[in-house]
Amino acid sequence: MSGSAWNTWILTLVTFIPLAGAVLLLFLPRRDRDIKWFALFVSLITFALSLHLPTYLHRGQPGFQFEINIPWIPTPNIHYHLGVDGISMWLVVLTTFLTPLCVLISWKSVHERVKEFFILLLILETALLGVFVSLDLFLFYFFWEFTLIPMALIIGMYGHERRVYAAVKFFLFTMIASAFMLASIIFLYAKTGSFDYVTIQNAVRDGASFGITGHALGWLFLGFFVAFAVKVPIFPLHTWLPDAHFEAPTAGSVMLAGVLLKMGTYGLLRFNLGLFPDQSRQNQSWIMVLAIIGIIYGALVAMVQPNLKKLVAYSSVSHLGFVVLGIFSFTQLGVDGAVYQMLNHGVSTGALFMLAGIIYERRHTFDLDEFGGLATPMPIFAAFFLFITLSSLGLPLLNGFVGEFLVLSGAFQAKMIWGILAASGVIWSACYLLWMYQRVFFGKVKHSVNNTLPDLSARERAALWPASIAALVMGVAPVLWLNIIDPAVHSVLAPLAQTTAQVVR
Amino acid sequence: MIATADYIRILPEIVLTLFGLIVMFVDPLLPESRNVKPLGIIALIGSLGAVAASIYQMRYPGPAFWNFVVVDNFSIFFHLLVTIAAALVIMASFEYLRVQEIRAGEYFGLILFGTVGMALMSSAVELVLIFIALEISSISTYILAGFRRRDAGSVESSLKYFLLGSFATAFFLYGIALMFGATGSTDIPQIASALRLNGAPLLAYVAYALMFVGLGFKIASAPFHVWTPDVYEGAPSPVVAFMSTAPKMAVFAVLLRILFVTESPSLLAGSRPVWFWWVWGSAAVSMTLGNLGALVQNNVKRMLAYSAIAHAGYLLVAFAAAPEAGISAAMFYAASYTAMNLGAFIVVSHFANAGERYVTLDDYTGLGRRSPLLAMTLTIFLISLIGIPATAGFFAKFYVFSAALKANLVWLTIIAVVNSAIGAYYYLRVIVAMYMRDSTQEIPVMRVPAGVTATLLCSVAAVIYLGILPGRVLEFATRSAQSLLR
Repeated sequence: MSGSAWNTWILTLVTFIPLAGAVLLLFLPRRDRDIKWFALFVSLITFALSLHLPTYLHRGQPGFQFEINIPWIPTPNIHYHLGVDGISMWLVVLTTFLTPLCVLISWKSVHERVKEFFILLLILETALLGVFVSLDLFLFYFFWEFTLIPMALIIGMYGHERRVYAAVKFFLFTMIASAFMLASIIFLYAKTGSFDYVTIQNAVRDGASFGITGHALGWLFLGFFVAFAVKVPIFPLHTWLPDAHFEAPTAGSVMLAGVLLKMGTYGLLRFNLGLFPDQSRQNQSWIMVLAIIGIIYGALVAMVQPNLKKLVAYSSVSHLGFVVLGIFSFTQLGVDGAVYQMLNHGVSTGALFMLAGIIYERRHTFDLDEFGGLATPMPIFAAFFLFITLSSLGLPLLNGFVGEFLVLSGAFQAKMIWGILAASGVIWSACYLLWMYQRVFFGKVKHSVNNTLPDLSARERAALWPASIAALVMGVAPVLWLNIIDPAVHSVLAPLAQTTAQVVR
Repeated sequence: MIATADYIRILPEIVLTLFGLIVMFVDPLLPESRNVKPLGIIALIGSLGAVAASIYQMRYPGPAFWNFVVVDNFSIFFHLLVTIAAALVIMASFEYLRVQEIRAGEYFGLILFGTVGMALMSSAVELVLIFIALEISSISTYILAGFRRRDAGSVESSLKYFLLGSFATAFFLYGIALMFGATGSTDIPQIASALRLNGAPLLAYVAYALMFVGLGFKIASAPFHVWTPDVYEGAPSPVVAFMSTAPKMAVFAVLLRILFVTESPSLLAGSRPVWFWWVWGSAAVSMTLGNLGALVQNNVKRMLAYSAIAHAGYLLVAFAAAPEAGISAAMFYAASYTAMNLGAFIVVSHFANAGERYVTLDDYTGLGRRSPLLAMTLTIFLISLIGIPATAGFFAKFYVFSAALKANLVWLTIIAVVNSAIGAYYYLRVIVAMYMRDSTQEIPVMRVPAGVTATLLCSVAAVIYLGILPGRVLEFATRSAQSLLR
């Protein structure tokens, strides 16, 4: 295949190879070992192929790259239109990076219906990748809804005691919220006759000539916002998240925290900011307030959790609050930081869930009181845990620091008080994470069963090393990522800057 | 002298009748213990022959038999729909008849004869002929509903369906009479021109209302839906798969023809057609009652019956929407609904086992473990009924909702969207039972017979095809809508 053909088809390949793998798995005999190796193989191939994107992306070129645009359905006019910019490209890589780790971490923890599990995981990967690469609103919605089924099944089939409740709650929350987005998309199509992202972007900017009133734009903004806010989740729509996270199996939690939540923040950035710059400005203040409430509330609730996994789940609410804060600061620094923080959160919180899963496999509990002094029997585990904890709370030279710093600078630029309030969240997150670490690892071993816990196996280490290395490299050399993110963010913010200029004038 | 082309224009009906007769003649010649397979194969050939005949008809569009029937894209679309549905049900019934000890001759014969009525309904353009076709189809289904005659539920189902059904057809007939009084004709195009010339007298309004009562009963739309859960619960499951799809879709074809040809909204220059608010109200009430009713059901057959009511509501939303987009959306919905609902009921029927014993949600627990492929198939049908992307149900709903929005039916669309969110919950309950709960009882795993497998494969293929490449079917539906409105 020539270079240009690669560039055209690479996104299609990356997106659909997991699905093809899932279909093949369907026909494999039920030998669990083969199935696991095959799933690992497919996810690694996908990851390897996805590295084509950062390698061949033209840095200086604005707009979308690796585009493919072919008509799919004539009426309504739906195109198979894929493409990535500096923002979505990294989310694609994040997804393909986390999936093999999920396969590794599920190696032993999934005992039964193994085949179904890996089929669902691979289908989920395709759906998630589809969300990030779609440039046709309809296609986007298509993949968006399609993530629901595999995720709900993973939670409901392989989760803990209250899994059914959590799965149904997750499904209904997202399903109902995205109905509003569908309505908005159909409305836009009815007015503009297109689902194409760029076409609609132009049409909305020139709203009057398409018969889209400012009033309607306000509702459209909210329609998209609700769907994304549930996914992020933004306070007070977060109630499904702790349940889903807690009840999900480890790999489910990793995908949920690592990638699924990013669908929401990505949507906010791409659609709310991208399509409705004016409305974004008008709604900025209350969204910022909700983000700050999310940061502080999430942190406070995390602090009092007696349960390791719930603690990490609430910490997600808090961390995602930072991302929303960065996005709605409308500053270059803030949005850069928000995008970076999305990737960080995927790596760090994904790894935290893996670590929680590893300890659960050994003790079958997440209860913090059941642990204590684990550093003695499991030194390697403790070391990994410490490293990831520090990365999550934003220690300089690790990834979390860069993201939080940028987001906070953006928030300060936007309005001093927002920055100050949000900065307190950094302190809270240090509190709850370090306190948690202390309770789990330091001191004497409280329960004698913990004395004999085996340390990490080679497979578990293989799952944790990549995440830890990523956390370190992203902390030391953020410029590798940021110099691709920055121009993309710049073009997202350009229309917003115009509207400010108009307001000032 | 009747031209040969006229016979070709009723070819599917002729083929079906012929094979129905062959089934009846061959039946007594075979030993009763081993007659299911040969009779079934004859019936299958007959229905497939009718499918082929419908395709062949495409080359002979036009009116036949003194303008009593018309072959256009619209009628071919519905011919194909009902004949394919019949073929699929016949294929899936072989094993069922053996397990439930049902006599095969009458069963297959009645399905074929019923399909004659349904095919005729979609091409007839004369009200009396429509009435006759409706009766042919209805009487066959009344009998089919009572085929598990040792089971009180089945007999109740049949009797209820028959009594209420004949009452409803009487309304329809009365409507025809009044329409004749109002316009002096029973020919749909002539009624249309009479109404256009002289305006609609009060009598015509009453006639519309009565016809809508009769047909509304057949499609199980509120407020004429009350019979549905009982009848579906008692009737043999493959028969339910059949009667919840083919005859219903044929009646939808009749409704589309009567409502849009006699009073196509464009004639009234912007104002709503006279029947608009009835359809609007019936759609809203059907969706709401259907979904709310389904929420509390523990019997899967009853739940699917309520869901069928809700889906009739979604289809009526398309009626209320603008003519062309609305008709094509309704037709696409009809095709999708047939594929997914038929498939779902066939899974239910296979799983119910002898005497239709296992039909509650409790029986479905752990199905994902016992027979993973069957569970996966049912899941595909259920997520299509919810309307999740990559399945037919998604595009079906999408087209209906966007047609409604295009016609500025904002409130109706909101009701529909809220309803599909409610609907997600009860379909999900089945999925939850199958995959996420552990079985409490020992239920034997039945081997899936070849016929059921074939039917399910076809339905799954149709659901996914329509869910990924809906373009061609929609385009055909759009052309059909144009041929209807012209």
